[in-house]
Amino acid sequence: MAPGIKGLVSDWSSDQRAFKNVPWGKAMMWIFLLSDTFIFACFLVGYMTVRISTTDTWPDASEVFALNVAGESVPLLLIAIMTFILISSSGTMALAVKFGYEKNRKATAILLVLTALLGASFVGMQAFEWSKLIGEGVRPWGNPWGAAQFGASFFLITGFHGTHVSIGVIFLIIMATKVIRGALDDQRPGFLTGRKGRYEMVETLGLYWHFVDLVWVFIFAFFYLW
Amino acid sequence: MAHEQSQQHPIAIYLWIWGLLFVLSVFSYLVDYLGFEGHLKWSLITLFMLLKAGLIVSVFMHMAWERMAIMCAILVPPGVLLVLMGLMALEANHTLVTRLAFFFN
Repeated sequence: MAPGIKGLVSDWSSDQRAFKNVPWGKAMMWIFLLSDTFIFACFLVGYMTVRISTTDTWPDASEVFALNVAGESVPLLLIAIMTFILISSSGTMALAVKFGYEKNRKATAILLVLTALLGASFVGMQAFEWSKLIGEGVRPWGNPWGAAQFGASFFLITGFHGTHVSIGVIFLIIMATKVIRGALDDQRPGFLTGRKGRYEMVETLGLYWHFVDLVWVFIFAFFYLW
Repeated sequence: MAHEQSQQHPIAIYLWIWGLLFVLSVFSYLVDYLGFEGHLKWSLITLFMLLKAGLIVSVFMHMAWERMAIMCAILVPPGVLLVLMGLMALEANHTLVTRLAFFFN
């Protein structure tokens, strides 16, 4: 098969399949992620629009999300820790995919469980952050520090992202169970879809998980740092 | 399902990218911690954000090793979001100017 632009033309003009070398589950995951990109982008653009057009001052995220450590206020501390946790979980996921293709069942299972634990701790910290802000009086319609739209943007964007992380954790646990049972080695059909188990499934789940990390990169930059 | 190749790469590349993502995250946190302002702040945040996103998509999500057909199908369409962003920025500025003109003079 021709590489590069020539390959692009021949792939798209070929019969039956445009995406060569890609299992269909993975191609469909990519297309789902593309649609999810548009959803998150619409939220972020909406946030940009209300932030530009408001006449009130926008609350300073650096102060809003500061934590007190030993009597000193450290800006964005919790958010920084959450960022490192999510990046670490992406790292363990990438390694899980690698060991999956090597059919190393034990290492894959351990790494998937580790990824799920990191993801769950991320959601836990987000719950802590939400309750802290709600305690301080942040609501979707107002807050003590400035533009009312701050709360609406915050709860919508981080809430939708947190939901994605939670769903990812559930699927990581399901996949880890499959790996531990040996369902991927034996190509056992799945409980819900009846699809044969194969190690490409770990990579497809990995795509979803890395995407969740990717979205956080943009939220971290635009919402917390900007 | 005839011609599928699996994505197998040496472990070193994942560990390197993992480390780089940590370093880039420290840098973007430092932008806030050191209190940079204005265009310097925004351009540094955007730079580190795009570098992190690029590393995640190309290496962790294996896009660098995929065929051009899927690269273009997935990576080109989000480009229109830049148009949406531009239009909404114009619109939001207009709204702001109108609000200031009618409610604050």
